[in-house]
Amino acid sequence: MKTLVLVEHDGKAVKDATLAAVTAAAKLGEVHLLVAGKDVGPVAEAAAKIAGVGKVHVADAAHLEHQLAEDVAPLGARLMADHDAFIAPATTTGKNVAPRVAALLDVMQISDILSVEGEDTFTRPIYAGNAISTVRTKDAKKVITVRGTAFEKAARDGGSGTVEAVDAGSHDAKSKFVSEAMSKSERPELTSAKIIVSGGRGFGSNEQFHGLLDPLADKLGAGVGASRAAVDAGYAPNDYQVGQTGKIVAPEIYIAIGISGAIQHLAGMKDSKTIIAINKDEEAPIFQVADVGLVGDLFKIVPELTEKL
Amino acid sequence: MKLLVAVKRVIDFNVKPRVKMDGSGVDLANVKMSMNPFDEIAVEEATRLKEKGVATEVVAVSIGPMKAQETLRTALAMGADRAILIQTDEEVEPLGVAKILAKIAEEEQPGMIILGKQAIDDDSNQTGQMLAALLGWPQGTFASKVEVGDGSVSVEREVDGGAETVELKLPAVVTTDLRLNEPRYASLPNIMKAKSKPLATKTPDELGVDVARRLETLKVVEPAKRQAGVKVASVDELVGKLKALGVVK
Repeated sequence: MKTLVLVEHDGKAVKDATLAAVTAAAKLGEVHLLVAGKDVGPVAEAAAKIAGVGKVHVADAAHLEHQLAEDVAPLGARLMADHDAFIAPATTTGKNVAPRVAALLDVMQISDILSVEGEDTFTRPIYAGNAISTVRTKDAKKVITVRGTAFEKAARDGGSGTVEAVDAGSHDAKSKFVSEAMSKSERPELTSAKIIVSGGRGFGSNEQFHGLLDPLADKLGAGVGASRAAVDAGYAPNDYQVGQTGKIVAPEIYIAIGISGAIQHLAGMKDSKTIIAINKDEEAPIFQVADVGLVGDLFKIVPELTEKL
Repeated sequence: MKLLVAVKRVIDFNVKPRVKMDGSGVDLANVKMSMNPFDEIAVEEATRLKEKGVATEVVAVSIGPMKAQETLRTALAMGADRAILIQTDEEVEPLGVAKILAKIAEEEQPGMIILGKQAIDDDSNQTGQMLAALLGWPQGTFASKVEVGDGSVSVEREVDGGAETVELKLPAVVTTDLRLNEPRYASLPNIMKAKSKPLATKTPDELGVDVARRLETLKVVEPAKRQAGVKVASVDELVGKLKALGVVK
């Protein structure tokens, strides 16, 4: 089987989410990549070095700079004439593009796979991860998104793929990129951080959220996450949200502070290796999944913890 | 401009799903069902656009069993003008749903279709994108802000790194994210009024749409359970644990 993996990148570097998708693709067969963007020669060169990669298809054009689904999906669908599976990381880019490719190919997508059980059989989470479904597809071609935390990352080197330019297609004038407001942070990205400190509504305000959590995160070299409640309350921006519909994370250590542990939140972090919970309510559901729990006032505990680390 | 909103009847978001003993799926017998939360946000957004005078009519569509009428009545009570139920007892996959909605869009000619970005039962996050592809329309997925202009709509999207704004020519498909709005509760008078709003029922066959499933569910199991660990009594003990884990020296 020949697979085509959509490379997640920011115009400069290949993102980690790609590496998990490559591992999933390698379980199905030959791994080809698609790099779509503007001035992405260096990205393609880096992608070709990923272990196990065969061919890297590069569509380099001004109109692909922001990887709009309206432009990338027809490109992916066209390249699928010579491939059997289109595979994208389950990131916001992948989730935006892959179903559009699937519909163009008249294929039912398999979202967010956790494992490859056979060439047409996969497991995936449903109901916020409260159930794991094993599905077999009848479609001849496959379109799949891959949960990054469920697969090992392929090595960034050791591969010797060949880079090949492909026709970038034309711009779909119905859709136009206007602007972006990206969070700037020196901290590790949530989906690749080894340690995450995450805050909930218990912090009470934006100032207290950042005033208490940021120093702790800096001390630990951790990424900062948040529950939906904290994001809704405006304590943290949307890209901090961990949960069913936010980011799915599985760090070595996840420290949940002032987070009660709604199932929607647990869906996003319960595969973390070690979970530490700090909450004033000893009955909070978060303690049912925590390896280490501390009941108490976060306003006292967090500064003390930051100081003693 | 006419707006189409799609709503799905799903397990209530407060209910903890239980896997059936025979591994065939999740037990929905005697479980509280509600409108998918993201679809509530879609109905709210459409209603607000009508209240602002941007939209002239809001049509709610649901694909599902007879009981999905209740979900449509909720949409009507929130502000939709009329409803269409595509009735089927089969579970329709996102691709099938997208094909049905595309067919309805051909008939209704809406200026915009608003859907939830995902349903909290199958967590697929596909239907809106597929629908846009089938219609050849632009898509604004994971929307946190929607502003309709002259012949176009500006959509702010929640993306992994922050936010992105795109401008789409109408007609367009928009899928909602959590922070687009806070859906209203339907008032009692509006719930009463909703009972007399028109609700048409059709079947996938009548629309001529093939909704045969492409995915076969072989089994559904519970995920591995985490065991609750230990409670510590002080920050010092917690620091000790973190040291044991090698987080700090």
